[in-house]
Amino acid sequence: MVDTHFRDALADRLAIPEIAEGGLRQPVQYPRLCLLIFQAIQPTAARLCDAHYAMIFRGEGDTFKLAANHGFAGEYREWMQRQIIERRRDTLVGRTVLDRKMVHIPDAAIDPEYTWSESIKRGGFRTMLGVPLLREGTPIGVIALCRSNVSPFTDKQIELVTTFADQAVIAIENVRLFDEVQARTRELSLSLDDLRAAQDRLIQTEKLASLGQLTAGIAHEIKNPLNFVNNFSTLSKELVDELGDALKPIALDDKKREELDELTRLLKGNLEKVVQHGQRADSIVKNMLLHSREGSGERRSVDLNAIVEDSLNLAYHGARAENREFNIRLDRSFDLAAGMVDLFPQEITRVLLNLISNGVYAVMKRKAEMRDGYEPTLAAATGDLGDRVEIRIRDNGSGIPQGVKEKIFNPFFTTKPPGEGTGLGLSLSYDIIVKQHSGLIEVDTQPGEFTEFRIILPRKAAVSRAGVGS
Amino acid sequence: MNFLVLVVDDEPDVEMLFRQQFRRDLRDNRFTMDFAQSGESALQRIGDAAEQSLILILSDINMPGMSGLELLPKAKAARPDVPVIMITAYGDDATKRKALEGGAEALLTKPIDFLVLRREIDCRVMRQTY
Repeated sequence: MVDTHFRDALADRLAIPEIAEGGLRQPVQYPRLCLLIFQAIQPTAARLCDAHYAMIFRGEGDTFKLAANHGFAGEYREWMQRQIIERRRDTLVGRTVLDRKMVHIPDAAIDPEYTWSESIKRGGFRTMLGVPLLREGTPIGVIALCRSNVSPFTDKQIELVTTFADQAVIAIENVRLFDEVQARTRELSLSLDDLRAAQDRLIQTEKLASLGQLTAGIAHEIKNPLNFVNNFSTLSKELVDELGDALKPIALDDKKREELDELTRLLKGNLEKVVQHGQRADSIVKNMLLHSREGSGERRSVDLNAIVEDSLNLAYHGARAENREFNIRLDRSFDLAAGMVDLFPQEITRVLLNLISNGVYAVMKRKAEMRDGYEPTLAAATGDLGDRVEIRIRDNGSGIPQGVKEKIFNPFFTTKPPGEGTGLGLSLSYDIIVKQHSGLIEVDTQPGEFTEFRIILPRKAAVSRAGVGS
Repeated sequence: MNFLVLVVDDEPDVEMLFRQQFRRDLRDNRFTMDFAQSGESALQRIGDAAEQSLILILSDINMPGMSGLELLPKAKAARPDVPVIMITAYGDDATKRKALEGGAEALLTKPIDFLVLRREIDCRVMRQTY
């Protein structure tokens, strides 16, 4: 922090409201503060020492440049601002820097060493005083005071300027430290934000992992009884048919026959419902089990663009086969540099099919709502990020509302009507990308505008893990 | 010749399901079915089965005690001539590979597609008959 004693003293002596009123307490940028200090010192120093001109030069590497000045007309100032002063004895600043102590030139016109005639001619001064701004013995700047007549500075005046210089260095140093602390605080606060984000991701990953394990455990237990439900219901449906056939030859009155027909019809209808819902439950359980499956093919080097293209075609033709009316625009933007990537092709295809079919669902939903003037579009893009690659799947569908966006990677979360989605697609995709491939999957969306999924995968496998959640 | 199909599954309801599913074949004596609820019990039935009659072994994989994959080489050792078809609730690649490497004829997943299974049994019966 800035030395308050010095700040007050400086403010009192130099009457700088900006510093006294809390200028240094606020986050002001370092160069601006230095300039403030320079500007504060010069006129006062010039006035107290009875100088006509005052300048402050600041070190930039090995050379020095004018940082602030007082008393000069615009033309000289502009000329001086362009000058780069080196560490040589022929200038006041150069000599002060070399000597690292006060340099007093009573008359520049007859000084044997001072030979910068251009400066004398343009500035029109004779007596000069240079005082170095020393930080730990190293000159970081020079205060120069000049008189246009030959009138040497008194010892008292020299002492005053020297004190000014010392205090200016302390102020500059304090500002630098203050600036450093501020930069460090900013850095730390950014690190803290990163840490919090990482922690959130970790908690989310852990939560999903344990949920995945839990669902897989439940799925294992449900699968067996469910298999019986499915097998017995299918079988019973056949048995009802056979019962009907067996009852046909038996003579019954019309009323009884009608009643019997109705009962077998209802029984068969109910069994069909059991079969249908049993199959639905079976597909949910199968998806749940994908979370805990131990083997998932081989990891091998695959052409990223080819796998995206294949998935796109597979999803498109799949949708066409289901619905002859289906038609959307497919945009491809493949980066040839994406090249070969180490991955589990089966699994990545599963993720891509998932994202593409979600995209198709979203655009078809929006098309049904908007009717004319809307072109359902799905865009697939790949990109080379050096040791990583990215895949983007974007649709101009209905988008995802904020409240929903936070939940999309949760298992069993779905916005589709019952029977149309298991709510495991994105949860499984998350597992495959994040846990199996050590990648990243994120979503960007604007409700009513678009949804874009971005997948980032490492080009080479770091630590190979055979399966998801195993 | 009375053909025998041995079904190995720890779930007792499997017997009821199979007996209903193949009720006509069983009634017509095309073949008989025997049921074992563990790998150990299955090995005993295999040993007891008459040389010519055993035409097929159907075995579940996930069973307490001896698993289907552990039973497989023992069954093949006892009766190398009898094909074994494995049945599992989880038809993943690794299980499939292990089953086929262990000498299984095929791997069916639950819920069992009885059309496929019937074809498999019919095929064995025909082969033994003609």
